Amino acid sequence: MSTSNTQSFAMTNVVPNMPQLFGWLKSLQYPALGIACLLALWWVGGYMIENDPDLSAFSAFAPAPTFSALADLVRSGEVWEPIGSSLYRILAGLVWGIVIGVPVGVVVGYFATALKVTNVPFQFLRMISPLAWMPIAVLGFDSWDSAIIFLIVMATVWPIIFSTAHGVRRIDPNWFKVARNLGASGFQMLHRIILPAIMTDVMAGIRLAVGVAWVVLVPAEYLGVTSGLGYAINDARDTLAYDYLAAVVLVIGVIGYCLDTICSVLIKRFNWHVE
Amino acid sequence: MGASISLDFITHRFSSSAEPTLKDIENRIEPSELVALIGRSGCGKSTLLHMMAGLLIPSEGCVRINSHQVAKPSAKWNMMFQKASLYPWMSVKENAALGLLFDGVPKAEAEERVDTLLDMVGLSDKKNANVQSLSGGQQQRVALARSLATEPEVLLLDEPFSALDAFTRTQLQEEVPNICRERGITMVIVTHDIDEAVAMADRVLIMSQNPGRIVGEQKVDLPWPRRHMDTGFQTMRDELMQQFKGTDTGLAGRKAVDSDESDVAESAA
Ligand SMILES: Nc1ncnc2c1ncn2[C@@H]1O[C@H](COP(=O)(O)OP(=O)(O)OP(=O)(O)O)[C@@H](O)[C@H]1O
Ligand SMILES: [Mg+2]
Repeated sequence: MSTSNTQSFAMTNVVPNMPQLFGWLKSLQYPALGIACLLALWWVGGYMIENDPDLSAFSAFAPAPTFSALADLVRSGEVWEPIGSSLYRILAGLVWGIVIGVPVGVVVGYFATALKVTNVPFQFLRMISPLAWMPIAVLGFDSWDSAIIFLIVMATVWPIIFSTAHGVRRIDPNWFKVARNLGASGFQMLHRIILPAIMTDVMAGIRLAVGVAWVVLVPAEYLGVTSGLGYAINDARDTLAYDYLAAVVLVIGVIGYCLDTICSVLIKRFNWHVE
Repeated sequence: MGASISLDFITHRFSSSAEPTLKDIENRIEPSELVALIGRSGCGKSTLLHMMAGLLIPSEGCVRINSHQVAKPSAKWNMMFQKASLYPWMSVKENAALGLLFDGVPKAEAEERVDTLLDMVGLSDKKNANVQSLSGGQQQRVALARSLATEPEVLLLDEPFSALDAFTRTQLQEEVPNICRERGITMVIVTHDIDEAVAMADRVLIMSQNPGRIVGEQKVDLPWPRRHMDTGFQTMRDELMQQFKGTDTGLAGRKAVDSDESDVAESAA
């Protein structure tokens, strides 16, 4: 009954199409306002720096020089190389985080004893900033790249483990019984029941992990490596190219936002809970 | 098509030191027979049914289906539970086809094979629906289609309609025995409801508590479809009620004197 209602409602909306477009534009008004406020603050800050004799050396942080530096970077193609390196590191770290975190999370969530044993050590390890592992990572890995990826893994495993375990604990025990009753093998149980059941939680964990990893990545790239967005910031600072520095910060923010959006789209895609 | 079920001197303890939950249960259910199992809450009905499904192995004795000892679950002897327990990430069609998928039937073929079953249980227009949007009765119908899809020889039902409204319940109480009779499926239903037992079964087994054993049985020789209003139906349920009271030892193992003490619902249909 309700479905036929919504259908006919949708149909009347399809014909003019204008209200839909208008509605979409209207939904953008608040984000647009927010961005405008941010730009205004930035502009005011830049204006004040420029007019303060003590700080005027940093006037390149203002919006205008930043956007022109960004345009330069894009035009010359210089942005892509650091973006590529950073994305590669975060992706590699994330893949390892998933490969380690999901199975560990399944075990911790499935076996009550595993949870009891691991709870304290995991909560303890989780609270250590991934950057604190830097000296150890440098000793343990021969390349800076692997050391940074290790730090990203240290940042990503925890949210993935905890979220996966939470998902496993939420599985309705009857789902196992029914599947067993229908003759599911161990692999089928994992593939058809457990994994789809915890997918939403795993994705939520990945989203948190991406957020932490992206934040950790930039300071990690201050050290040792000669590529990536963190290195680009350091490099710009050393050469006093503050407009380029601000442009890289802008790029970091935009990419971070895009990564999070991709995650939230994937979460919607895998979410089977009805709202 | 249907299979026989032998309960061969089953005794079960949940822990080795404890008093047995089930003791010396012995019975034979003929191929295509429809049997109801009634008894007080906690007497071990579900436990016995789980054993027939191969979900639980008795500590002594065994269940044989067609003279083969039941050692593990199989889609050939299928159990339906009080809750439908559908998988919310699958559509109605995918849920119904799951047993076939587990059996190695390709997805497309499996979904084609459940098509007529979903028509039969009255869900023609819901095949692609999200199961979370279905009513309790519709969900239980999907579970029924899911159980029937693997063409089981035995259908085991553990209070499958107790969470449904009276109208849906009455309808399914009529449809399920019909389906089983058409297909020659052997059916065992666990219920609290004497009316349900009379409406659905050829034979009713009465279980006692502490320890759980089969203490009586009653043939239900009524024509199909069973009508609650028929005098034969009324007589039968009164007889069964009498017999239940006669065998009932009550909660603490004493004779039940007062009719109000009985747990078995005299539900008015
Ligand atoms: N896994 C278990 N471990 C220990 N004891 C159990 C277990 N399952 C059931 N029991 C006990 O066995 C007895 C029989 O339980 P069972 O669920 O078979 O009863 P039932 O007749 O189906 O009751 P109801 O009508 O309430 O569903 C109960 O006393 C119960 O406490
Ligand atoms: Mg029960």
